[in-house]
Amino acid sequence: METIQSDMNRALMLDGNAAAGILTEIFAVEMTTNLAECAHCGCQGEMGTLLAFTQAPGLVLRCRDCENIVMRIVQAPGAIYLDMRGMAFLRLERALV
Amino acid sequence: MKPSLEWQIATVKAIKSENARVKTFTLALPDWSKHRPGQHYDVRLTAPDGYQAQRSYSIASEPERSGEIDLTVEFLEDGEVSSYLHEVMTVGDQIEVRGPIGGYFVWEATMGGPLLLVAGGSGVAPLMSMIRHRAAAGSRIPARLLYSSRTPDHVIYADELERLQNAGDGLEIFHTFTRQAPEGWTGYARRIDNQMLSEVSGPLGKMALTYVCGPTLLVEAVANGLVQIGMAPNLIRTERFGPTGDIV
Amino acid sequence: MAEKFISRGFFGKRRQAEAADRVPPGQYVTPDFPVLSAGPTPRVDLKQWTFAIEGLVGQPAQWSWEEFLQLPAQPFVVDIHCVTKWSKLDTRWEGVNIDTLFERVDIDPRAKFVTAFCDGGYTTNLPLEDIINGQGFIGYKYDGRPLAPEHGGPARLVVPHLYFWKSAKWVRGLRLMEADRPGFWESLGYHNRGDPWQEQRYWSD
Repeated sequence: METIQSDMNRALMLDGNAAAGILTEIFAVEMTTNLAECAHCGCQGEMGTLLAFTQAPGLVLRCRDCENIVMRIVQAPGAIYLDMRGMAFLRLERALV
Repeated sequence: MKPSLEWQIATVKAIKSENARVKTFTLALPDWSKHRPGQHYDVRLTAPDGYQAQRSYSIASEPERSGEIDLTVEFLEDGEVSSYLHEVMTVGDQIEVRGPIGGYFVWEATMGGPLLLVAGGSGVAPLMSMIRHRAAAGSRIPARLLYSSRTPDHVIYADELERLQNAGDGLEIFHTFTRQAPEGWTGYARRIDNQMLSEVSGPLGKMALTYVCGPTLLVEAVANGLVQIGMAPNLIRTERFGPTGDIV
Repeated sequence: MAEKFISRGFFGKRRQAEAADRVPPGQYVTPDFPVLSAGPTPRVDLKQWTFAIEGLVGQPAQWSWEEFLQLPAQPFVVDIHCVTKWSKLDTRWEGVNIDTLFERVDIDPRAKFVTAFCDGGYTTNLPLEDIINGQGFIGYKYDGRPLAPEHGGPARLVVPHLYFWKSAKWVRGLRLMEADRPGFWESLGYHNRGDPWQEQRYWSD
């Protein structure tokens, strides 16, 4: 993955960890260590490894390999909208209690 | 399993100037829960007209210190929240926070090592939580911190890092300066490159648990470099802080 | 209902005081030009760049970058309003009026909607009537300089009377259609039309 110093949009990019707060709100559990598969290229990784674009009308999480969109989240006043078409699967680890 | 995050009102217990542009805020939390080193808290400010601003800050303190957390915050020129924290907030003020958040960028002594930490600028904050925890837990896991700063005045926790290194429990600190090094400095004085990564990581081997934190572009360059020198990619965890101008 | 906690001494971003008739409801004016993006900046080779008008037109039209720069261009000074609540007044652009482009194609009478498509995969949709008659342009200069990549350069669509997510960055063409097709944000909760003066931010608005 190349990095271009002049790419301001890339410089704004964060890790999936930055989405941890909203993901916990939605799923009610810590999500960044849960496994997701990119529907586009098949790359599997913890959600924390996704590339997060947070400076936008919505949150966009992208595959760290192919950079296609894995998940989108829009937080509107009355509702949260979730688009997970970019995810082939999401694995939610069961709690050990 | 942890319940959903709730906001709570913390009280500012202490404010410490780490350097000219960085302060550490010690917050007492009524609903403190033990965090894992590397996690962060969300901070929310609300104006009288209802306008809100929210940011995430890494916890710099160790989980062994109960009831309170340290957030180390760099003052950013255009920073709406950082300017409030630096210029307006005083001891005794209250602030809304929620957390601890994050499970991916986390290291605890129980995870083993060796441990390689690479920091750019204020990215040292979550790594400091790991270092402080390691000391508090009495761990002797070999650990090295490679810490990039513009100048000696930019370094955060300088004295404490030196003290921890001198404790002789297997922690080593490597500073590099990208703009100006101290007088008589014989250490690294350039941007982190593969040669430097090789030299610093070498004794830890290719299977070190690695954590890289700082401005996005620095983190990317370092993470790519670590893979290029043969570090196991799945053991490298990154926390990008976003842009802070130039790569440190 | 709990009282919202107020942070002592916090008043929010710098806001410029401006005439109320220039600032839509819920917006604040900023002197900055914030960068918002859903992805990394698409890298474009100007030698390969084209702008197209396709769909319900007699014949699709396409311009290379050089050809596009030959088209009659105009300066535009417009206010822009982002759905994330910032507004920027008197922004200065240079570009090609959409009317100028549409003069060069035969628009089928069935065409009622437009989808703008872009490098990086972003799309946005508008009624045809919202983009003609001087309401839209393809901007390639901002503040006298070539439009910066992070702001959508080499060229972006600018439709200032709607929320700025409709002003698609890295635009590569417009497709004229009979049926409306919600774009990137319109398909996930954002208002289909996005009129800032009626505060049409979300589906429920």
